[in-house]
Amino acid sequence: MTLLASLITPSFGLLVWMLIGFGILVFILAKFAWPVITKSIAQREAYIENQLAEAEKVKNELANLSKKHDEMMAQTKAERDKILGDARKISEKMYEDAKIKANNEATALIEDAKKAINFEKMKAIIDVKNEIANLSIDIAEKLIRKELSDKDKQNQLVEDWMKGINQN
Amino acid sequence: MNYKKTRYTLLYLMLGIMLLFSPKFSLNAQAEEEEFDPGEYIMEHITDDYGWHITTYNEHHITVPLPVILFDGGNFVVFSSGKFHQGQQAYKGYALGFTEDTDGSIVKLGGNYADYTGELNYEEACPPIDHVCKYDVSITKNVCALLVSIILLCWIFLSVAKKYKEGPLKAPKGLQSFLEPIILFIRDEVVIPSIGEDKYQKYFPYLLTLFFFILVNNLMGLIPIFPGGANLTGNITVTAVLAIITFFITNISANKHYWKDIFNSPGVPWWLKFPIPLMPLVEFIGVFTKPFVLMIRLFANITAGHIIVLGFLSLIFIFGAMSPAIGYAVSPVSVFFYIFMGLLELLVAFIQAYVFTLLSAIYIGMATEEPHHEELAN
Repeated sequence: MTLLASLITPSFGLLVWMLIGFGILVFILAKFAWPVITKSIAQREAYIENQLAEAEKVKNELANLSKKHDEMMAQTKAERDKILGDARKISEKMYEDAKIKANNEATALIEDAKKAINFEKMKAIIDVKNEIANLSIDIAEKLIRKELSDKDKQNQLVEDWMKGINQN
Repeated sequence: MNYKKTRYTLLYLMLGIMLLFSPKFSLNAQAEEEEFDPGEYIMEHITDDYGWHITTYNEHHITVPLPVILFDGGNFVVFSSGKFHQGQQAYKGYALGFTEDTDGSIVKLGGNYADYTGELNYEEACPPIDHVCKYDVSITKNVCALLVSIILLCWIFLSVAKKYKEGPLKAPKGLQSFLEPIILFIRDEVVIPSIGEDKYQKYFPYLLTLFFFILVNNLMGLIPIFPGGANLTGNITVTAVLAIITFFITNISANKHYWKDIFNSPGVPWWLKFPIPLMPLVEFIGVFTKPFVLMIRLFANITAGHIIVLGFLSLIFIFGAMSPAIGYAVSPVSVFFYIFMGLLELLVAFIQAYVFTLLSAIYIGMATEEPHHEELAN
């Protein structure tokens, strides 16, 4: 029974020392150790969190950049294709235009030539006609001269002409 | 290969321990003249003492003498506990208590012995006792262990704090990396869930100190040689002081809501409160039983652990006293159980530190808890 009693009886000296000692321990640690430790841990946690967030941000940015890069590449390619296409179209058009113009010119030339030819032809025909007229007049003159050499034949002719006029 | 090596090392270690504890080795001198008393042996290890007994070799007690400090008759008396010679001698009229009532304390002798220094012979001429020294603030074994643990804790955490100061963003190293997960565990799993994110910082230093104080002293109690081996956290005074501090912190920081819940508990039928205030009474007693249970739990767990471990060791001596052969036969079993219990105690050391801190945090949390919104609405 005394054994148990000695176990569960608080002792004055230890109580005093415990109060003082534990008090000092709490004071020292609460003043010099715990604030530094907890603050550092919190600081490091915040730092790590920040770093992770930053890494995530950088990753996203990188992804964005690469996306942008791809987009730009695609755009440039499209532009290049467009420019090339345009150039081809322009050249084609120029070619077509040139062709059309050449055609037109050729046609115009041909027309002109035709016109000139026609003109010349007409001129020639008129000349020939005039010549023929002159010739026929000459022939007629000669014929008439020959015919009119006798009087009968002159009368006959006047009569014929008169017939022709009357009929008209 | 490595595994095999470890196994052999373990085997040799066990043999060595067995040899150390074998009855022939250590009990040679004692067994012949005095019977081995396991009760006394165990009590000697778990109770406080004025000197720190290390071992007995060839009938010589090897003891670290510790200072005796008495406040007696209006002035301080300081002398070495070695002067008592294990209770064989008196010094300036002071002697170790020798009757059943005064066992374990220092008495002032009366009559002719009032200023006596020298041998005491209790059988032939029992000296009269004037009074028991009530105000005894001697550096006893437990006080010594307390001081050692305080110095150890200060050294550990100040050096760790210095490391944090040097590079708060560096990865923890050495002791720091061992302690940091524990500190984080206390913060994230014990203190914040119990008290709450917004209020925990005020109580965190105390709870951390509490946890590490209990842990370090539990562990030191498991070390069988000199600076360890004192049963500090298994001492009711120590656990009482810790529980009282928690009690005061809880009740000083308690808010209106807490007291209202105690004297007018919500959700309890009115006839339990009036005319006989049964529930309020139970709740009010609970204010005191909570720290009381804290005190008893730690004290009982640690003391019981020590008693069991020492009991297993005592088996060797008990059987060895019957016959050395039986002692040898029993010692492997005892050592096995001793190691098993030692490992269990290691676990208990952590668990009890954790439980004490957790419950303290929960009590503080209960006292500072703000009323819930639903309750406000009601």
